[in-house]
Amino acid sequence: MRFQPVIGLEVHVQLKTSTKIFCGCSTSFGSQPNSQTCPVCLGLPGALPVLNKKVVEFAIKAGLSTNCSITPRSVFARKNYFYPDLPKGYQISQFEDPICQHGWLDIDVNGETKRIGITRIHMEEDAGKLVHGDVSGLEEGSGVDLNRACTPLLEVVSEPDLRSSDEAVSYLKQLHQIVTWLGICDGNMEEGSFRCDANVSVMPVGSATLGTRAEIKNVNSFKFVKQAIEYEIQRQIELIEDGGTVVQETRLFDPNSGKTRSMRGKEEAHDYRYFPDPDLVPLVIDEAWVERTRHGLPELPEQRRQRFMTDFALSDYDAGVLTASRELADYFESCVSLDVNAKSVSNWVMGEITRSLNDSGTSIAQCPVTPPLLVGLLKLIDGGTISGKIAKTVFDEMWRSGKDPAVIVEEQGLVQVSDSGAIEAIIDEILTREAGQVEEYRSGKDKLFGFFVGQVMKASKGKANPAVVNELLLGKLKGR
Amino acid sequence: MDILDQSIHELHQRLKSKEISSVETARAMLARIESVEPQIGSFITVTPEQALADAEAADRRIAAGQMDVLTGIPLALKDIFLTEGIRTTCGSRILDNFVPPYSATSWEKLKERGVVLLGKLNQDEFAMGSSNESSAYGTVRNPWDTDRIPGGSSGGSAAAVAARQATATLGTDTGGSIRQPASHCGCVGLKPTYGRVSRYGVIAYASSLDQVGPLTRDVTDSAIMLGALAGHDPKDSTSVNTPVPDYSAALTGTIKGLRIGLPREYFIEGLDPDVHKAMDAAIESYRRLGAEFVDISLPHTDYAVATYYLIATAEASSNLARYDGVRFGHRAEGAAGLLDMYTKSRSEGFGAEVKRRIMLGTYALSSGYYDAYYVKAQKVRTLIMQDFICAFEAVDVILTPVAPTPAFKIGEKVADPLQMYLSDIFTIPVNLAGTCAMSIPAGISASGLPIGLQLIGKPFGEETILRAAHAFEQATEWHTRKAVI
Repeated sequence: MRFQPVIGLEVHVQLKTSTKIFCGCSTSFGSQPNSQTCPVCLGLPGALPVLNKKVVEFAIKAGLSTNCSITPRSVFARKNYFYPDLPKGYQISQFEDPICQHGWLDIDVNGETKRIGITRIHMEEDAGKLVHGDVSGLEEGSGVDLNRACTPLLEVVSEPDLRSSDEAVSYLKQLHQIVTWLGICDGNMEEGSFRCDANVSVMPVGSATLGTRAEIKNVNSFKFVKQAIEYEIQRQIELIEDGGTVVQETRLFDPNSGKTRSMRGKEEAHDYRYFPDPDLVPLVIDEAWVERTRHGLPELPEQRRQRFMTDFALSDYDAGVLTASRELADYFESCVSLDVNAKSVSNWVMGEITRSLNDSGTSIAQCPVTPPLLVGLLKLIDGGTISGKIAKTVFDEMWRSGKDPAVIVEEQGLVQVSDSGAIEAIIDEILTREAGQVEEYRSGKDKLFGFFVGQVMKASKGKANPAVVNELLLGKLKGR
Repeated sequence: MDILDQSIHELHQRLKSKEISSVETARAMLARIESVEPQIGSFITVTPEQALADAEAADRRIAAGQMDVLTGIPLALKDIFLTEGIRTTCGSRILDNFVPPYSATSWEKLKERGVVLLGKLNQDEFAMGSSNESSAYGTVRNPWDTDRIPGGSSGGSAAAVAARQATATLGTDTGGSIRQPASHCGCVGLKPTYGRVSRYGVIAYASSLDQVGPLTRDVTDSAIMLGALAGHDPKDSTSVNTPVPDYSAALTGTIKGLRIGLPREYFIEGLDPDVHKAMDAAIESYRRLGAEFVDISLPHTDYAVATYYLIATAEASSNLARYDGVRFGHRAEGAAGLLDMYTKSRSEGFGAEVKRRIMLGTYALSSGYYDAYYVKAQKVRTLIMQDFICAFEAVDVILTPVAPTPAFKIGEKVADPLQMYLSDIFTIPVNLAGTCAMSIPAGISASGLPIGLQLIGKPFGEETILRAAHAFEQATEWHTRKAVI
């Protein structure tokens, strides 16, 4: 029997607000344990939550960017369970009336577009964290650090529309791109700013009934999402083929072994006893607020990609790469706005710039070669002052020193030689030295042309204008 | 003149004229507390140093001419109000060691006015009770008859006023917890409209029902205290941002043409004959003052107690989850692991009534029962609210008894929770509707116990009920009767 995997994702997006969702404490990381706390996020008796409006704004942005409708009257609910990192014994979340509903994202699956439904997006507070053993001055036992408690999260729940680990990763990457693009999440998966739980089931191909699903927790990178889902699909298929049945349970992914293991079964599942939080009034969002937010939205990655293709005649692929992040797209556009050929900007950004950024682990925002500098370089090439080859040397120097390309060219004497007399002299010398090769070329070995060009360029230390070299060389070899 | 008998407004005049000082007043009150506490037990914590320091500060303010009507007035708070640096137990063993790092907004507001804090008052544990017998710090005795309960849950707050241990006190009212003890102890108790006074820093029992209010010697004091407490608090999302009127100015003394509703569902068989008689006499008094009476119906009254015990316990089960022994409060010794620590700490820390309500509420919210209990109760709550909205189309104020009987004997209803719950039958609907009401002295039973009259107002209609209460007070003498102790 062949099986069809069915996958739905629940993604937790930590919002980049400066204060927490229900109090004024800072959301900054790395402070002393429990230093970023107050009666509200400590869950002290008598303390009451007050909603941070910025969180609502961010949630509306996320909803509008994923084609959701914004719920005019949404409600906060308490999710009740006991754990030491949960100070109040309940998490304030949303249950029956979440802020965003019925959205979708289009993902690319082998060149085809596939629409993935988004059931809902809701706002909630994060829990604190437990510190075990000899950490933070703790001699033994476990400690509770509530700095993270009450930091704002969005939970984005997809429909079970994904059919493979690749589709899941593609969806996840697109969602990641949107929330970082909107500037509402820093997207750091290692630090848990963007984390994912996967609901995975399998059913026989052609079946209309979904199989029993397992929820996989703790998958904190795109690689692990792929790994965890693939492992889980295989585990479930093998289980069924061996005559077993999949049980509804929560499983934990172990990145070291690449396996998932059972965390708790259905019978141990919590009864969260959700009910509307009486401490918070229903959140009313009028149409004007939604429209204001809509107008304030940046151009989204997909729209920008389309525009890059039409405005700058870029290929689908190039436009996709250049809109991978908002900062990269901004960089590209700043260059293009300085009146230079878009295609050569695209080549340089995707080539030298990307390579240098990757090699040095620098982000585009910190790129030492700013758009005016890069454009300056491209203009030197276009104007024939330097060759494309020399330009790479100049670029490396620009990266190191941040100097203006014209200054580098001047200082290092890299100006291209276009004077035909000077080039002719070099060619004559080469052709005399390589008489044997000239003979072979003339007897039909056309491929040797490149060899001669190489020799001339080398002799000119790369400064000879390649177009002039080509023209003169061809004339001489053909015996003209 | 006896300092102990003074109302806020009387004491204010004497402090203003420098006839007495705030320190003298505080000393007199502290001495009174010391002498009658063994018989009454209204305090969990007395704060003599704090009181004297506050009084000295008040005297300096008075000397500097920066006096306010509340400056130098000795008050005490139900132990449900967080007081920075002063132990706050909520009547529970689980908070026996809890010294809060911040103060309730209502207490902050009073402090700014220069009041003197005498201490923290006894109450039913987590405000769950109608008799003050569920306190972990002993039963409070009714100053009118020490074999009887003072009412609850703000029993200490009412008894302290009646026993002249404080000029006025603060309580909270979730289902009658200010009005019922005020009625049983012969003082004035006001439960403002939900959202009128901040709940920030008040330990939550049932968040959608809890409201802060004063217990005082007379209606004038009630108006003064409400004026000090009311107002929007940005720290409480449920506090309402509407202007605070001058409540004292509302006490005009005239109520001619006031339409008073008498809900037939509240004048039932089984109402204590003395209570019935007191209500009849009060109606007669109001008639003489020029009020008009209208027979009205609040048809869903019968469902109020059941509705309340679903909603209040559901919210309480969640509100009380934070008492887990992890960050503050009681933690059991020798627990074998996390679950055991939770179980032991909570088993040892909570009393029987609190446990009962946590279990009831947990059940009502459980998967499979939620719709049948919690959701249904919310629907009935809406119907009860609508009862009041309809009624207030025809009347300005609704008059009812506060409790079906005067104060009962200590121990009388402990074994029968349902009987106990029914003693709040006339006060609970007001909390479910979210509106305001007060209890004023309106009679003495044959056995010498005070009987309270309840005036229910429209949402944010505190001025009207205060005016009606004040007019009654002017025309009668019940508020001048004192417990002999």
